[in-house]
This record gives sequence, C-alpha cells and structure tokens, in this order.
Amino acid sequence: MQRRFLLAAGAALLALPAAPAHATRTDVAAAISALTKGAPLRPGRVKLDLPLLVENGNTVALSLAVAEPLPPGERVLSLHVFAEGNPLPNVINAFFGPRSGDPHLATRIRLATSQTVIAVAACADGSFWTDSVELLVTLAACVDEI
Amino acid sequence: MARPLINVPKTVRRGDSFEIRILIAHPMESGQRRDEYGKQIARDIIHSFLCTYAGEEVFRADFFPAIAANPFLAFTARAVETGRLVFTWTDDHGAVAFDTVEIVVE
Repeated sequence: MQRRFLLAAGAALLALPAAPAHATRTDVAAAISALTKGAPLRPGRVKLDLPLLVENGNTVALSLAVAEPLPPGERVLSLHVFAEGNPLPNVINAFFGPRSGDPHLATRIRLATSQTVIAVAACADGSFWTDSVELLVTLAACVDEI
Repeated sequence: MARPLINVPKTVRRGDSFEIRILIAHPMESGQRRDEYGKQIARDIIHSFLCTYAGEEVFRADFFPAIAANPFLAFTARAVETGRLVFTWTDDHGAVAFDTVEIVVE
C-alpha cells in the first residue's frame, strides 16, 4: 500500500510542471500597496502570533490582536494577512464594524513553505500598521495529491 | 454546506466585549492541487463570511485559498442590546450556509 502510494506520489511529482508558482515578495508588496494606496506602513499596534516552527503547513493557528491601547476615538477598521511563500499573496481580509469588540482575530491557515507572513492593520485615521513573522515549515501544504 | 459549530456566551454584561468562535465543515479546495493524473483540481472555497448583530454588521471576512480546510474563526463583539447574531458563509458554488444565535445582554 505504502509502496504504491510512493510510486504514485513520485509519478505525480514528475508530472508537475517545472516549479509551482509562488507569490513573490513583489506580489505581496503590490497587494499591500493596493491596500495602503501609498500611505506609510509603520511597525507597531498590531501583533501577529504564529508558531516559529510549523510541523504541518496544512493547518497553522494564526492570531492577530492589537497590541497597545489605541488613542481615544481611534479604531481598527480592518486586518489583512499576506504570505510571501504561498501560491497566492493574500490569506485573509477581516473588516470590523462599529459593534465589534477588541480588534482580535484567530483562524487557521495553510503555508506552502518556510516564509515570512505579514499582517497589516488599517486604522480609522488612515494610518497603517504592520507586524511580520518569519517561520520554518517542515511539512508543506498544497503539494499533496488525493 | 454542513451545519456550523458556534460558540457564543448565552448572557453578557452590557458594554462588555465577548468572543465569538465558529467552525464550519468545508474542504476549502485551494485550486492549487493536482489529482493522481496530474489534472488540476478546481478551486472550491468559502470566499466570504459575514456576522451581523441585531441587524448591524459586526465582522466581515474575505477568505483566500490559504485558509485551512474547515475554516475556524474567532473574533469579538461588544454587547449593546439583546438580539440575534446572524452568521452567513458563501462558497464558490454560490452555496450559502446560514445560522443564528440569540444573545441576552444584562
């Protein structure tokens, strides 16, 4: 059973075109600048939490929170996550309405390879804040076949 | 789509922030994988999620193929009034999953 699976896996690998398409740093930069529309991106406010060593890239627990208390009247409108080593640069866009509580988000994501994951927070005053995590992935998502 | 799992406190104090945790069964086929014959498997993901609270939008999200299968989400809302939380998921086939939870504000 296992041998047959390995043979099938090997055949599938050979059948793949040269290299899987990956989002590049420039794709991610383009996606971020489409979001910020040229506004400066500052480190701080948002805190991205991801494991530094990922054993299984198919489900990786991600959490995002606003690290420091915001100035009065200030509000986080949206949180965005980008991955430099995945086939597509975007991961999630989350938008917070006026009735949302503390801007906080948790989900599970896929990571195709070891890479840097970038989070961007958009505030109501038009400022953008960022945080990033560079991590190692031992078992990648997206390459398994059925 | 399958019935989602929703975890929300039954009662909350007015003005408090409370956490909403939800999970729905969905393969979230990324469109990046190939089958055993090398043929690309078509993308099929939940691409949008919306949560409203007493008719007002609390939280909205766009998902991309990098969201893991059986998407889980946790976010918060502020207790303002007793009312209904409505959750809506939409996938690439246009299938919509829908669920509601009543929340009591003291």
